[in-house]
Amino acid sequence: MESRVETAGINEQALQQQEAREQWTLLGLAAPAVLAVVAIIVIPVGWLFYLSFIGSDGQFSLEHYQKMIQYKSYARVFLITFEVSLLTTVICILIGYPLAYFLALLPQRWAGIFMLAVLLPFWTSLLVRTYAWLVLLQKKGMLNDFAIYIGLWETPVKLVHNMTGTLIGMAHIMLPFLVLPLYGSMRKIERDMMHAAANLGASPVHAFWKVYFPLSLSGMVAGSLIVFVLCLGFYVTPAVLGGGRVVMVATQITAILENQFDWGAASALGVVLLIATIIILYLAARFLKFDAALFGKN
Amino acid sequence: MTARQYFFRGALILANDSNQSAEASTALPIHIRDLTKRYGQMYALDSVDLEIKSGEFLTLLGPSGSGKTTLLMAIAGFNRPDAGSICFGDTEMILTPPHKRDVGMVFQSYALFPHMSVAENVAFPLQLRKVGAAECTERVAEALATVQLSEFGERGIDQLSGGQRQRVALARAFVFGPRILLMDEPLSALDKKLREHMQIELKHLHEKLGVTTVYVTHDQREALTMSDRIAVINHGRLAQVDTPHVIYNQPANAFVADFIGESTMLPLSGDSAGRLMFADQVVTTELPADAVADHLLVVRPERLFVVRDETLDPQKTIAFDGTVREFVFQGETAFALVAVDDRHELSVRFSTDSASSQNELRPGDKVSLGLHREDVITIPDNA
Amino acid sequence: MGWLQRSASDTQVTHRDRLWLYVVAAIIMLLLVIPTFIVIPMSFSDSQYLEFPPSNWSVRWYDEYFGSSKWMRATVTSFQIGVLTMLVATPLGTAAAYALFVSGHRAARAVFMFLITPMIVPVILIAIGAFYAFGRVGLNNTITGLVLAHTVLAAPLVMIVITASLRTYDLNQELVARSLGASRLKAFFAITLPQIKFSVVTAALLSFLTSFDEVIIAIFVSGGVNATLTKHMFAALRDYIDPTIAAISTIMVLVSSVLLLATQFIGNREK
Repeated sequence: MESRVETAGINEQALQQQEAREQWTLLGLAAPAVLAVVAIIVIPVGWLFYLSFIGSDGQFSLEHYQKMIQYKSYARVFLITFEVSLLTTVICILIGYPLAYFLALLPQRWAGIFMLAVLLPFWTSLLVRTYAWLVLLQKKGMLNDFAIYIGLWETPVKLVHNMTGTLIGMAHIMLPFLVLPLYGSMRKIERDMMHAAANLGASPVHAFWKVYFPLSLSGMVAGSLIVFVLCLGFYVTPAVLGGGRVVMVATQITAILENQFDWGAASALGVVLLIATIIILYLAARFLKFDAALFGKN
Repeated sequence: MTARQYFFRGALILANDSNQSAEASTALPIHIRDLTKRYGQMYALDSVDLEIKSGEFLTLLGPSGSGKTTLLMAIAGFNRPDAGSICFGDTEMILTPPHKRDVGMVFQSYALFPHMSVAENVAFPLQLRKVGAAECTERVAEALATVQLSEFGERGIDQLSGGQRQRVALARAFVFGPRILLMDEPLSALDKKLREHMQIELKHLHEKLGVTTVYVTHDQREALTMSDRIAVINHGRLAQVDTPHVIYNQPANAFVADFIGESTMLPLSGDSAGRLMFADQVVTTELPADAVADHLLVVRPERLFVVRDETLDPQKTIAFDGTVREFVFQGETAFALVAVDDRHELSVRFSTDSASSQNELRPGDKVSLGLHREDVITIPDNA
Repeated sequence: MGWLQRSASDTQVTHRDRLWLYVVAAIIMLLLVIPTFIVIPMSFSDSQYLEFPPSNWSVRWYDEYFGSSKWMRATVTSFQIGVLTMLVATPLGTAAAYALFVSGHRAARAVFMFLITPMIVPVILIAIGAFYAFGRVGLNNTITGLVLAHTVLAAPLVMIVITASLRTYDLNQELVARSLGASRLKAFFAITLPQIKFSVVTAALLSFLTSFDEVIIAIFVSGGVNATLTKHMFAALRDYIDPTIAAISTIMVLVSSVLLLATQFIGNREK
C-alpha cells in the first residue's frame, strides 16, 4: 500500500466543528443530570472523604482509620454487618431459588400474575413492611400464637429486637432483588435444552443439576451480589427490628453523628462502606455482565 | 396527466411550465467529491467521487460493510463524513441538516409511525411544510392512489401487510415533491415473489416521478433489474460505475466480475507477439492499454456452449477441451463443472428446453466447450 | 384431580412430582404478601396494643391520623416532595437517557455509568453527605434540598426505564421524520415521545414512589415543618409503638398498590 498523503480534505474543518457542536448539544441534554449527581453525590461524598482524614486537632491524620483497627467495638460492627449481610443473602437464596424456579416454569401469563406477589412488597414502603414484621414477630404476635397453636413451642419466644427479627425483616425486603434477576436468567434457559437432556436419558433430577442449575447460576450470583451490597449499607430495618442490639455500619454512623457529632469518624466509616461496595461491584463487573446485574433489578 | 405532474413538482414550481421542463425541474443531479469517512483505521468511504445524473436511477451495490449505506446516509445527512463535498445541483449540502435537504427517504424497516394512520403518515411531511388542509388532503389522496392504496388512508399501520407498508413508506417519501429519493434496501424484508413484483413497480414509479433516485442493495439481480446505472462499491471505494449492461459484459476488474453474476476466471499470459494466451489458445490480440499487467479471462457460464460435430471457425470462436466433473439439474437450467486442465475448472450453464436435451452430460465425459469471441472479457489481474 | 397425573413439562415430570414445589412457592408467596397487607386489618383495631386479629374493630386510628396536624402536615409535605421529584427527575432522566442513547460517542457509556452511581453508593452515605453539604448552603429542612436529593435517587431509575424502552423502539422513525422535514427536536416530540410515553409515565410513577417511600435521606435532611411522613413514622417506630402507624401504613400500601397496578396496565398497553 502506498503511504497516504494527509492533507486537509474539502470541508474537513467545518465538518469537524459541526460534529463537535452536535456532541456538545447532546452532552448538554445530559448535563442537568450530571450536575445533579455532582452536586448531591460527588461533592458531598468527596467532602466526607476529606473529613475522614482530618483529626480532632484539625490537621491531616489517619486517626479515624487507626481507631477502626484498634477498637474492639469497631471490629464488632464490621463483623455484625458482614454476618447479617451474608446470612440475609443465604436466606434469600434458599427461599428465592424455589420461588424463581416455580415462576419460571409457569406460562408467561400466569408468571406475570404470580409475579405481583414479588413486585407488590417491592413497591411497598420498607417502613411499612418493617412495621408489619414488628407486629407479627412480637411476643403476643401472630407468629408466636401460630407456633404455639401448632405446638412448635410452648411459651412465646423472643423473635424481634434481636438478630432473628433483623434477619427475617431483611430477607423479606431483599428477596425481590434476588428473585428478579434469577427469574430473568431462568426464563432464558430454553425448554428445548431440558427436553434434549431428558431425551439423552438424564433423569429429571440429574438434568436439573447438570443443565438447569449451572445455567441459572449467573442470575443467582448477580442477584446475590446486589442483595449483599444493599445489606452492607442497610439502616432502617436493623435499627427497628434489631432494637439496638444489631449495630451495623449504617447504624454506627448515625450513632456517632447523633451522640458525638464526630464527622471525621462517621465519614471514615462511610468511606470504608463505599470502598467495600465498590470492590464487590468491581469483582462482579469482572466476572459477570454488570449491565444484566444492574438492569435485572428493575 | 398534467394534474399529476403538477402535483409531483411540489409547491414551488409554477403550473405554466411546459411538461418537459417540469419533468426536468423535479430532479437534481448530485455531485459527490472526495467523500471520506473513517472509523478508526478503517475507511468506510475512501475519497469517493460520484456524479449522479439528474433524474437517473442509480444503485449503490456492494457486499455488507462495503460503505454503500454509509454513502447513502451521507447524502441524506445522517452520517457526517470526515471530509468531502456533496452538492445537489450547484448547492453545497454537506453541512445542511437532514431536515433542510428535501430528500425523500425509504428505510429497510419502513419506519412508519405506528401511532398514526396511513393518511397521517403520508400527510406528515406536508404538515411540516405548512401545506393547507384542503391541498394536503388532495395530495395525500393522489400519493396513495399512485401506490394503489386509495382505500387504505384510515387504516392503522398494524393492519397492513409487508408490501402495503412498503408502499406507504414510498408515498410518504415522495408526497412532498422531493427532488431526490433515497432508498436503503427497501425490498429486502419482502418475500421473493413480492420483491420481484415491487422491483417492477418501483421502476415504473421512478419513470413517472422522474426524480433522481439513489438505491442501496446487496442483491445484484435487483440492481441489474432496476437501475439506469450501477455503482459497485467495495471497501469504501467505487469499483465501477456504469449501466447494468456494461457492468455485466465489461466488468472493470475481478471484484466486479466476481460480484455481479456467475463467472469463472482463467489466468492469461502475454506472448512475445503481444497476444493473450490461455494454454495454446489465442484469447485476444486486441491488447488493452495496460498490457504489461497479467490478465484474466472472465467466462460467464451461460455464454459457453457444447461443441458437437460441427467445425468451429477459430476466428470467431475459442474452444476449451475438458472433462466433466459435475452435472446438476436445477430446473430451468442445468449446471456443469468442466476441468480444462489440472488446476482450472469452468462453470457452464445450459438451458434445459427440449432442444437442448442433448446437453445431458455425465461426469467423466470428454467435452468441448465453445465461446464466441464477442463474449470474451479480459480484465487486468491485480491480485 | 386428573391434572396431577398430567405431564408438567416436556420431560416426564408430572404435576404430582412437582407438588412440593407448588406448596413451597405458595408458602413463600404468602410470607411475601402477608406482611404487606397485615397492616390493613390491624389499622381497624380498637386496641392500644398491636394485636392480631383485633378483638374490637374501630376507626379511631384513622381519626387520630386525620385529626393530627403533625401527621397531616407531614403527609402534605411527602406528597409535595414526591410530585416535585417526579416533575424534576422524569425530564432530567429522560433527556439524559435519550442523549446518551443517540450520541454513539465513546464517552456516552461512561457518562451513563456515572449517572447511575446513586444506585450503587450506599444511601446512608448519600444521606450524611447531603446533610453535611446542605448544612453549608442552608438547604437542610427545606423542600428544595430533599427534592434535589430524591431527584438524584430517582433519575437513574428513569434512565433505565427510558433506555430499555428506546432499545425496543425503531430509531429509524426519527431519521425518517427528519428526512421528511422535521428538526431533531420536532422529530423527538412528534414521533419518539408519543411512542415511549407509557414508559415515561411508568418512570414518573417510579420517581414519585422512590421519593414518597424514601426514609434515610429524609431522616437527615428533612425536619421542622418540612419533615416527611417517613421521618415521623421512623421516629414513631423506633421510640414507641403508635397504632396510628397502622392507619398510615394502610394508606401507603394503597398508594403503592394503585401505582404498581397502573404500571402493569401501562406495560401491557405499550406491547
